[in-house]
Parts: sequence; structure tokens; C-alpha cells
Amino acid sequence: MTSKTLTRMDLSEAVFREVGLSRNESADLVESVLTHMSDALVRGEQVKISSFGTFSVREKSARVGRNPKTGEEVPIHPRRVLTFRPSHLMKDRVASGNK
Amino acid sequence: MIRSELIQKIADENPHLYHRDVERIVNTIFDEIIEAISSGNRVELRGFGAFSVKARGARTGRNPRTGEAVDVEEKHVPFFKTGKLLRDRLNGKES
Repeated sequence: MTSKTLTRMDLSEAVFREVGLSRNESADLVESVLTHMSDALVRGEQVKISSFGTFSVREKSARVGRNPKTGEEVPIHPRRVLTFRPSHLMKDRVASGNK
Repeated sequence: MIRSELIQKIADENPHLYHRDVERIVNTIFDEIIEAISSGNRVELRGFGAFSVKARGARTGRNPRTGEAVDVEEKHVPFFKTGKLLRDRLNGKES
């Protein structure tokens, strides 16, 4: 299995093939989708895409971490992290496609 | 925000497009990502994040109800890593 990396360009190419828009406009639309999703997450909203998955923002409290190389203690400030929970459909397709 | 709200926002910004075309556009993007990782590929969206596939090795699991040992085969699961820009934005560092 040779694995390749897809980028925004491949997604806009797919949009371009699917709907009769220009390549430029297809690229802009892909960007808008990502921007709207990011903005909602930054506002602290959950982004729930049915049959794809759910992105949610979790609050992590402060803790004392350690630099693994020097053993030095460093404070880790409270922060917000993003988690993605794939839908059952995505999990099933990834499991059966990568056998 | 759910899929239909996302579609509505894009439709509002693009009054020259038919609503059903906006639906197709948004659906195509998500379908393409699923398609890619189902074939073992990676999808890297700089600033947003990357979708990839992780292998979970075979293990001996246990039926939590009966305690019985069961063999769990190796499997592949979707994985998402948040991009640096989005991670920074979540923590109030706008660039």
C-alpha cells in the first residue's frame, strides 16, 4: 500500500469535478468550509458533521510537566485542545479499506 | 454547528450558487476525506489539521460482561491531529 498525502488542492479538484465551478472558486469554497469550522471551534462550539465525525473543544487544566531531556519541571498552563471523534461510518470505512 | 448550518453559512456567502450545489460541494469535501483515508492515504490541511490512519495491533481483549478472553484482530482507525494555527487560535493567539 503506497500512501500519499492529499492537500487542499486535491479537495478543490474534487469539488471542481463534482460541480461545474472554476478551479479558483472551488479552492475558495474549500477554504471557506475550513474557516467556518475553525471559527466555530474557536468560539468554543462543537462542530458535528453527520456521518463524518464530531470536533469538540476540551479545556485542560494546568499541571506540572517535565522536560523529558533535562528532567526539569515546567508549568503547563491551562489550555484548550481540539478532539475529533470519527463517526461509525468513517471508522467502518477506514477499518474495511485498510485490511 | 452541524452540517446543515455549515451549508447554510456557505450558501449565504455565495448567493449566486444553488443551495443544492452548496450541499454537493460541502458533501464532496467530507466524502473525499473519508475516501482518502479509507485507501490508506493522509489528508493534510495546513493550519486546520491532518487526517491519517493509525494501526491498532492485535490484542487479547476481554468481554467485560463475562470476563471471557477474546482475540481482537489488528485494525485501523481514523486519527486527527490539530494544525498549529488552529491550536494557537483556540488558545487566543491570533496571528
